[in-house]
Amino acid sequence: MNALTKLDKRAQSVLELKVRNHPGVMSHVCGLLARRAYNMEGIICLPMKDVRYSAIWLLVNEDARLEQVIQQLRKLRDVLDVERHGVEHRVFTQLKSLFS
Amino acid sequence: MKLNGAQLTIKLLEQQGITRIAGIPGGASLPLYDALFASDIQHVLTRHEQGAGFIAQGMARVTGKPAVCLASSGPGATNLLTAVADAHLDSIPLIAITGQVAQHLIGTDAFQEVDTFGLMLPITKHNFLVRSATELLEVVPEAFQIACSGRAGPVAIDIPKDVQLEVVDVNQWPLPMTPQAKPDPTAVELEQLRAMIGAAQRPVLMVGGGVVHSNCHRELLQMAESQDLPAVSTFMGLGVVPSDHPLHLGMLGMHGARFTNMILEECDLLIGAGVRFDDRATGKVSGFCPRANIIHIDIDASELGKIKRPSLAIRADIGSTITRYLQQAQPMRRPNWLERVAFLKQRFPLVCSAIGSDVNEEDPFSPYGLLKLLSRTVGDAATIVTDVGQHQMWAAQAFPFRRPRQWISSGGLGTMGFGMPAAIGAALAQPERPVVCISGDGSIMMNIQELDTAAEHSLNIKIVVMNNNNLGLVRQQQSLFYGGRLNATQNKQRLSFAAIAEAMGASGCDLGMSDDPIADLANALQTPGPCLIDVPIAENAMVFPMVPPGAANKNMINEVEEA
Repeated sequence: MNALTKLDKRAQSVLELKVRNHPGVMSHVCGLLARRAYNMEGIICLPMKDVRYSAIWLLVNEDARLEQVIQQLRKLRDVLDVERHGVEHRVFTQLKSLFS
Repeated sequence: MKLNGAQLTIKLLEQQGITRIAGIPGGASLPLYDALFASDIQHVLTRHEQGAGFIAQGMARVTGKPAVCLASSGPGATNLLTAVADAHLDSIPLIAITGQVAQHLIGTDAFQEVDTFGLMLPITKHNFLVRSATELLEVVPEAFQIACSGRAGPVAIDIPKDVQLEVVDVNQWPLPMTPQAKPDPTAVELEQLRAMIGAAQRPVLMVGGGVVHSNCHRELLQMAESQDLPAVSTFMGLGVVPSDHPLHLGMLGMHGARFTNMILEECDLLIGAGVRFDDRATGKVSGFCPRANIIHIDIDASELGKIKRPSLAIRADIGSTITRYLQQAQPMRRPNWLERVAFLKQRFPLVCSAIGSDVNEEDPFSPYGLLKLLSRTVGDAATIVTDVGQHQMWAAQAFPFRRPRQWISSGGLGTMGFGMPAAIGAALAQPERPVVCISGDGSIMMNIQELDTAAEHSLNIKIVVMNNNNLGLVRQQQSLFYGGRLNATQNKQRLSFAAIAEAMGASGCDLGMSDDPIADLANALQTPGPCLIDVPIAENAMVFPMVPPGAANKNMINEVEEA
């Protein structure tokens, strides 16, 4: 996982998605990025306190197509919200220690 | 009320107003077919699942309402994929229902098991794998709502056999779904729209399939007329502006007329209405409308800025936008621009002749002549369905479309084999309208088995095969851009399409054998029931003008330079 070690060097964003928690939603999200040829550097998915929903964090490179990908993510039926954070978002920086 | 999942599914389809389904049964969809047996829904048995998908598409394309196709698991599902992907690219509301192996077998490489969910995922607006019969109560209405809300598209529902057989007690039925409310433009956006249209000297409307879906062709025409806006049409927008309307500029792009693309070079404002700036329309994007500000109105937010960065982006229903615009619009006259447009139109018209064919436009053996004879004989009431290839481009260029949904063709995916089954769907949905399927010898062979379906239902479909015994559009590109090295484009056999049609119970007519082709063509077109008319055309006929792939639209080549 070089992505995490390179975290500070490249322009990246963290996307936080609120999704419906049911089988298939991960496929829809990952499939969309693959289908749009958009590289994903990291992904974390966990159920939220209200277990009907899950949160997905995506670590993605910032390029001209990011806005388009966010728009496409917003169209997914099971994606209820997409929020864009800076790369310093702690969800990935704190995980860094787990990766050697 | 106790029902199993299959009965529940069919009941829910009935509730959505579905009266006809196209499909082929199989092991994993037997319970669904058992439930259909007891239903008033008419099942149209096709000869290939792809045919079922395109029949449903034909129904959806002429009515604008979601239509259903049904297949079993495994090969049944994979055979549907092309028709589903086609619906996805052209934003057609299609519900694809597939049987799946029982849940305890999923993941075991069971007989006729395939990951339908995974396969359908990138080619649908949304897709479901149903895990319990109760879920169907939500999934089926939701599928319809997704398919026809906002930008329409296909939805796939995969139903494992055990879910079809699971008995549940249903006390409360969901309400039949209604499409979600369409987004309206804001007051600020309308103000900006007014200001930009008002300030433009040389505006052009670009009319796309979104206008057809929004059912606002009258309003659009009213806007064009009141604001002096000449209108180009995308492939999917053909028919919205009547072809004989003075403001109609024909289809833009790769096979647009010279004047059409030249006017776009000169325009200073392009108003994209329900379009997605497809590469076949824009050519090289950086060279598209180089002098123009762009206004883009579309219901799908992700289309705005995807290809062209607009000066004004309005995420709204095009019908609602135009209606609101017209409420306060002052008529505008632009005599200089319309005069210039008329000049270019007259000076650089679509040249209706093709290399190797007679320029006589009454000649049924020249592509444009044939189209002219067809349009004269069948009139505006007929639905014109095409396959994919040269015949399709000639039809898009030259057929005089005068109403939306008169033109049914595979745009985005460009699927050969679309025509025959889509024509069946059109004829089933609107039996009062004659259907003409314009096809080629390459395309027709990709779903010719559905002639048998058409014959079974005695549908009023005339299939006109422009037969050059070649994959003509590929041949054309090899001729023009690959040094004339023709490879794998010619069918070495010469088969008798008329005989195939007759063998399948339809009528067949070989115009090449006729002593009076014009009279025989007219007769064949009047023959009741399905009739295939084989029309030989020159193998070196080409579609012109043509923008070489990757080039800007201004770099069209035309036959005069090439001949």
